[in-house]
Amino acid sequence: MEAILLSRLQFAFTIAFHIIFPSFTIGLASYLAVLEGLWLATKREAFQRLYLFWLKIFALSFGMGVVTGVVMSYEFGTNWSVFSRFAAPVIGPMLAFEVLTAFFLESSFLGVMLLGWKRVGPGLHFTATCLVAIGTLISAVWIIAANSFMQTPAGFALGSDGRLVATSWIAAIFNPSFPERFAHMVLAAYLVTALAVGAASAFILLNDKDQPESRVALRMAIGMFAVIAPLQLFVGDYAGKHIRTDQPSKLAAIEAFWETKAGQPFHIVAWPDRKIAGNRFEVSIPKLGSLITAGDANATVTGLKAFAPEDRPPVFIVFWAFRVMVGLGLAMIGLGLWGAWLTLRGGPERSRLFLKAAVVMGPAGFVAVIAGWTVAEVGRQPWVIWRVMRTAAGVSPVSAHQVSASLLGFLVVYAVIFAAGVLYILRLMAQGPAVQAAPDTADRAPGSPLGFAPPEP
Amino acid sequence: MNGLDLPLIAVVVIAAAVLLYVLLDGFDLGVGILFPLARSPADRDVMMAAIAPYWDGNETWLVLGGGGLFALFPGAYAILMPAFYLPVMGMLLALILRGVAFEFRLHGRRRGKRLWTIAFAAGSTGAAFAQGLVLGGFVQGVKSADGAFAGGPVDWATPYSLLTAVGLVAGYALLGAAWLMVKSRDALHGDARRWAGAAAVAVVALLAAVSLATLGVDVKVAARWGLAGGAINWAHLAPRLPIPALGAVGLALVWLGLRRGSHFLPFAGALVVFLSGYLGLAASVFPAIVPYGVSFRDAANTPGAVAFVLVGVAVMLPLVLGYTAFVYWLFRGKVASDAGHH
Repeated sequence: MEAILLSRLQFAFTIAFHIIFPSFTIGLASYLAVLEGLWLATKREAFQRLYLFWLKIFALSFGMGVVTGVVMSYEFGTNWSVFSRFAAPVIGPMLAFEVLTAFFLESSFLGVMLLGWKRVGPGLHFTATCLVAIGTLISAVWIIAANSFMQTPAGFALGSDGRLVATSWIAAIFNPSFPERFAHMVLAAYLVTALAVGAASAFILLNDKDQPESRVALRMAIGMFAVIAPLQLFVGDYAGKHIRTDQPSKLAAIEAFWETKAGQPFHIVAWPDRKIAGNRFEVSIPKLGSLITAGDANATVTGLKAFAPEDRPPVFIVFWAFRVMVGLGLAMIGLGLWGAWLTLRGGPERSRLFLKAAVVMGPAGFVAVIAGWTVAEVGRQPWVIWRVMRTAAGVSPVSAHQVSASLLGFLVVYAVIFAAGVLYILRLMAQGPAVQAAPDTADRAPGSPLGFAPPEP
Repeated sequence: MNGLDLPLIAVVVIAAAVLLYVLLDGFDLGVGILFPLARSPADRDVMMAAIAPYWDGNETWLVLGGGGLFALFPGAYAILMPAFYLPVMGMLLALILRGVAFEFRLHGRRRGKRLWTIAFAAGSTGAAFAQGLVLGGFVQGVKSADGAFAGGPVDWATPYSLLTAVGLVAGYALLGAAWLMVKSRDALHGDARRWAGAAAVAVVALLAAVSLATLGVDVKVAARWGLAGGAINWAHLAPRLPIPALGAVGLALVWLGLRRGSHFLPFAGALVVFLSGYLGLAASVFPAIVPYGVSFRDAANTPGAVAFVLVGVAVMLPLVLGYTAFVYWLFRGKVASDAGHH
């Protein structure tokens, strides 16, 4: 294989793996801040137990997010040095600001959050939790700004030295797709967390339907599904309307539209194939495609044939990734409505079927996030910066042998840490929030897993 | 910001970030390097607890080093990263293994815990070694043409870079041992003191060897120090002599601290030794940022981008240093010797 393809595979693999953890910890940090705030306000023990329980899972996930994130700040240079040199005048400061405004804040106060329980008062501890939560959101602002600039670049010009040059920082950072993409990502993170919390709680309630902390947590999760999942549908639809005008080839790939015509059908399923420039197979609803993408059943929507073959994204991947994301999103809305209905009628834990559904939906948020990012990134191809730089032009002068070696290294190491991390998290979830050490055991946070460490052989 | 030499300020900022990284992550990588020497699992628990609140913040300086180089000197970032592709990737993979070990080791049961103990030690040592290879490769010089790396994939692999790699591992071990003297008591404190002594001896030998070898890697370096062509040029050497003198002071502090049983002096001395080595490196290569062809001015980002980042640095860095100091203050004092026994 060529170095360019290997570098793309490696970047896709490392970033897809990485995004799992921030999307979980962005939501979980906010959830922990809410739990600790509720505990301080109400002094109800259930909130404290839930806080301490999810703090352990947060610590595991956050650590995996940190170490896989360090990779990203070097991989731009190791594998995409030409892109880095070209785009640094605009994107560089955004990434530097992410470190300065978010990463230091998170990493410093994470220590206080995990290990400072006995060293600071409850007010300062709560402040540390809030600062970590705010840090995760600030981090999302910068990374979405940088990525959105690559989708809908603005506020720049081509400099005399052949590199980008920023003409307006406001326009570059708050570029056209930034607001809805930021909202979409934060809501996604909250859904990821709500689904994981809901699944863990439902799992405990399947065995013990009276477990008090899990009952509280499941209700909180259902509230999130019921509100956030429909909201996400609106935000996603709003973003999609902009994609039609800002990135028409991406939209055409999402919907597998080949011809430009009025009254596009909606393909529920299809087998789009770039080789024949058409769909080998499709099941469609007439005119619905135009209605969904343009808000008018008779609107003319651009198809992929309007673009030169070398300017079309890999349509099969984009089409199906989009359907996975939307299908899971609709399932989340259904789960939310079902759960809300059950909650109003005597409690969700009375329906074992609902609890099982909540457990099954636990990983759905992660899958939807990865599918959504696949739509965004693969749909942008063949550009690394939309209509400014091609992906193939941005690659480093490194050999295929080197990239093969590093890709192999990532595959092995990530497989090991993923297996171990998932094992430890699921083990904690299976124990549930009831099994907690009392907070007065030692000179460290009860949230610290140190308290449960078995002796080393 | 008219009248300010922005690229010069930027290079000082990057250099300071890298120095802080080396000093801070240096001691927690060093504790990992010393992990196999611990007498008991309980001692290893204390060793890990001695760095647990800090390691994440320490490693963030590495992210600032990478992100900052991207933002301020993309011309250097785009040459150095491909040049050191394999050691950088090796370092990242090693840092992943040792980073997850902090949490995973606490959750692993018998075999799992042993696995993460090994991963922590091997990852810490591997990351330090890989950084040493990059350091050696950097000082040797990097081939570039038209703003791109123009050398081969293993140009960095030389006897010199092996020497710097071993030297950096020894240096981090010294920092780690000295940090453990600050944070531990009783038997572990005694062990840390012995490790610090042994590491100090290794550092003296390796620092001398690296210093002499550095004079040989490029004729420009020797000339810079007034030691080229077999004759001593005192006009060049004299203003630079305080740098090795500082290193000697640092080693003397380590020695004195170890002899007098001080808990803090060896760590302070080790920091001074690293500072001296770092200044010596800077004095050898400055103003090159990709030795020996690309100066920091050639590699700087557009003036607008540099100014924008520096405004952010001016606002944020004092805050960052403030709460970093707060965290160190909060977790001051000795680690409880029963760490991990509940």
